Amino acid sequence: MIVLDEFCTSHQIEISFIQSLEQHGLIQTIIVDRKKFLLMDELSYLERIIRLHRELNINPEGIDVINNLLQEMEIMQNEISDLRSKLRFFEE
Amino acid sequence: MEYIDYYKVLGIDKNASQEDIKKAYRKLARKLHPDLNPNDKEAHKKFQQVNEANEVLSDPEKRKKYDQYGKDWQHAEQFEQARQSQKRSRGFGQETFSGDFEESDFSDFFNSMFGNMGGRFQQRQTKYRGEDYQAELQLNLADVYKTHQQTLTVNGKNIRITIPAGVENGQKIKISGHGGPGVNGGPAGDLYITFHIINNTKFKRLGNDFYATVDLDLYTAVLGGEITIDTLDGKVKLKVKPETQNGTKIKLKGKGFPVYKKEGEYGDLIITFEIKIPTNLTEKQKELFEQLSKL
Repeated sequence: MIVLDEFCTSHQIEISFIQSLEQHGLIQTIIVDRKKFLLMDELSYLERIIRLHRELNINPEGIDVINNLLQEMEIMQNEISDLRSKLRFFEE
Repeated sequence: MEYIDYYKVLGIDKNASQEDIKKAYRKLARKLHPDLNPNDKEAHKKFQQVNEANEVLSDPEKRKKYDQYGKDWQHAEQFEQARQSQKRSRGFGQETFSGDFEESDFSDFFNSMFGNMGGRFQQRQTKYRGEDYQAELQLNLADVYKTHQQTLTVNGKNIRITIPAGVENGQKIKISGHGGPGVNGGPAGDLYITFHIINNTKFKRLGNDFYATVDLDLYTAVLGGEITIDTLDGKVKLKVKPETQNGTKIKLKGKGFPVYKKEGEYGDLIITFEIKIPTNLTEKQKELFEQLSKL
């Protein structure tokens, strides 16, 4: 786990932005001894969100839409790969 | 080294204003940003070109140099030497998008004209996770029938990985922390390995099931009997029912491919019988077949 304050300082982002992401259900935080922590597993995902927000000016609602579309795209890509392998089976 | 037309990359006119450049850059960045185009190498490449074009055209000093020496980039060095004697001032307020790609990956053309800009991001003290590495591993189907360990060399480092039985062709696995080093003390990226499985067996694979066609002689097909067939796990004896028809399929449970990450679970082997009619019959055989046909 990563301390939220330290993460925000090192990434130069406002804590309110993380809180807004949490309110939109985009990330999770954990409170231990009154300190807020981010999950290590979500680090890469959170950094992607920060890049999208900082570099493309996308707000949390937009990020949520993008995440959903990317997930859909991944499912479809897996399905295409599966169908391609089935097609190869019948073409061989 | 090829000349790169940065105006063309951004789709703008040579007389474009700074506002036009910014607008064109933002539009293309929103379209090609690596976080919005995962696994799309072409988009990543274009994004780098767009970033590079913006790096040059949004900086009046660099734009001037590019406009002056663009097509004659070989002479840029002389220009650079003359310029060294003057006090260098760097433009402010430039936007640079990082995405999730190699930051130092500018074109040779850019590096030749403006020097290596690999360090330009260092002014930002933000900790960033290292770059994710992508690697491909080619294996034979028989190699992934059983879980085994293999040593890979990625960027000069040896990594011993466990390859679970049953991996699919095109499947990608993540090895955490074996990607590029983090920036400003951030954690290392991950290593993604894509498997390319070559089927060098006589079986066709569909998911976890194997399919094979087995030749059956006419006499065994008619009278029944026992045959031996090959599986990846060794030879298996199989009873053939009398009066078996051509194209009959039988399923050998658990003789297919291992199910990924489910130890002890296997798919099935589906056998299709292809009955072979005897050829080059002797006179005696012909006579017996004729007798048989008249019964």
